[in-house]
Amino acid sequence: MLREKYGKEIDALLARFPEKKSAVLHLMHLAQNEYGHMSDEAIREVAEICEIDPTHVLGLAGFYTLYYEEPVGKYVLEVCNDLACALRGSEEFVEMASRKLDIPVDGTTNDGMFTLKTVMCLGACDRAPMLQCNLKFYENLDEAKFDNMIAMLRMKAEQGDDEPSVVERIFSYMK
Amino acid sequence: MEHVLLRHRDIPNLKKLEVYREHGGYEGLKKALSMTPAEVIEIVKASNLRGRGGAGFGTGVKWSFIPKNAPETYVLINTDESEMGTFKDRELTENNPHQIIEGALIAAYAIGCHKVFNYMRGEFMDAAYAFEEALQECREAGILGDNILGSGFSCEMYTHFGAGAYICGEETALIESLAGNLGQPWSKPPFPAIEGLYKKPTVVNNTETLANVPMILINGPDWYKSMGTPQSPGPKIVCISGHVERPGNYEVHMGVTYRELLEMAGGIRGGKKFKALFPSGGSGPIVVDDALGAPLTYEGLTPFDSVMGSASLVFLDEDTDMVWATLKVIEFFRHESCGKCTPCREGTFWLDRVVQRIYDGRGTEADIRLLQSIAGGMKGKCLCALGEFSISPILSSIVHFLPEYKAKVAAAKGGKVAQPAAAAAVR
Ligand SMILES: Cc1cc2nc3c(=O)[nH]c(=O)nc-3n(C[C@H](O)[C@H](O)[C@H](O)COP(=O)(O)O)c2cc1C
Repeated sequence: MLREKYGKEIDALLARFPEKKSAVLHLMHLAQNEYGHMSDEAIREVAEICEIDPTHVLGLAGFYTLYYEEPVGKYVLEVCNDLACALRGSEEFVEMASRKLDIPVDGTTNDGMFTLKTVMCLGACDRAPMLQCNLKFYENLDEAKFDNMIAMLRMKAEQGDDEPSVVERIFSYMK
Repeated sequence: MEHVLLRHRDIPNLKKLEVYREHGGYEGLKKALSMTPAEVIEIVKASNLRGRGGAGFGTGVKWSFIPKNAPETYVLINTDESEMGTFKDRELTENNPHQIIEGALIAAYAIGCHKVFNYMRGEFMDAAYAFEEALQECREAGILGDNILGSGFSCEMYTHFGAGAYICGEETALIESLAGNLGQPWSKPPFPAIEGLYKKPTVVNNTETLANVPMILINGPDWYKSMGTPQSPGPKIVCISGHVERPGNYEVHMGVTYRELLEMAGGIRGGKKFKALFPSGGSGPIVVDDALGAPLTYEGLTPFDSVMGSASLVFLDEDTDMVWATLKVIEFFRHESCGKCTPCREGTFWLDRVVQRIYDGRGTEADIRLLQSIAGGMKGKCLCALGEFSISPILSSIVHFLPEYKAKVAAAKGGKVAQPAAAAAVR
């Protein structure tokens, strides 16, 4: 399916490297964007394109934290909760988010819309509390901004969210 | 002060090629292309530019290690930027991408490389859009690709994304990751300059390091050395976060004191008193107020048993629970340990467990000594610097804040536990 949909971009990507295996992390980003998480199918497709063993791809999925081994919500909210952010209220922010979404950290809302996670430093310590949602940064957050963000995302989802994702936008540059 | 690196703060739209060129952009590259590669390396050596990724290795010297006439070499830009408290390379990438590209092309010319990869942490994919646009502009303007600016020199440049692993900022792990493997470091030798990406000679440089290079070519090494100190010349971006009024990036000349930097950031928030400073994100020993008068240079914190590192200053105010702060940092290292070498994998696991139990009020006096003994057992035995980094906040916080550890274990004995409610809830 990746091949059918992104044939041109994949070829351009592979042409960058002397070894196909180098494209694996990019392709995993693309596959996850397509399938939501590193499903068996996603892993098999990536392995085929790179001509490597699927167990290698599985190992990478476990090693790199941006890949999800289990299904997640449509929007994954990853709050940076490292020391620098915690000094500026990230722990209280996580608590608030968890209460409002009515899910624990690592939980997914019943409607499958949101997953809440805490992550290590995202490199935006001067704008804490902050989070990353499907690779987009939302910074200088507070409760009101969080409510707003959640409402906007719900609305977008209802309207069938057809905005290109961050991964799709980056892949549009593969030529 | 006029910026040398964060020039986008003075010049609107600097990320556009046209604007960048109006302000001297790619003149440094042109000048380099008119010289021999050896001459370019000599100029960078003479400037005494030192690596901004933390280790401070001489950039020109590093380039000179690449074997002459090697048929295939690589320049890798290190934009993994995952050290807690560090957010400078992202600002450069988003706002001043051409200066990075120009610096990397000069490096490429100097070592005879025809393909540059910019390894960015996957979390920067959205920020990287500006970088991709800049690359595209360069291709269209003949600054990338074949026969760059009519010089006969050809080079391509691509962005490469990681996927959430701090260790991939370590140069050999970065190389492994780019090759499609687990991001795990190897034990040097072989050094990347001899056997790097695809076993070819490779230079890995930090993003900010490379952004210094164009102006060194244009204005010369003496101009560069007129900033900073003899051993630590040039401008430096300092990332300031934590309990300060105005967190953010500050470009300074090296040699300013940590106290001056704290003042630039508006002092400690809410008029509170200063308690401690993590001067190098999580990776350097904690310092206290006697060190604030020290200069920000590669050597400035040596008398205080600490380091400048990547100059990521995390300030803590008087109310901060230091056992809690240490726990946050050791959790980071436990999570980010790549698992390849035993001292780091097991050591960070146990350090985390023991600090956690002291913090939770389940610790004993012996646990404090246990921390020191685990850290001692790791010291000098880890495969890469990550393991060494992980012990520094532990040991330094025990040195400076032993009474806080003792109070926690004493409270444990008495059965009452004091801890900030919020911190407990998240765990
Ligand atoms: C665990 C670990 C993480 C590192 N992370 C980074 C990083 O994110 N960015 C960086 O430039 N250097 C990082 N480094 C340092 C690199 O190994 C390397 O020294 C640096 O990229 C060299 O570039 P420079 O000479 O221009 O500083 C890290 C080192 C270690 C041990």
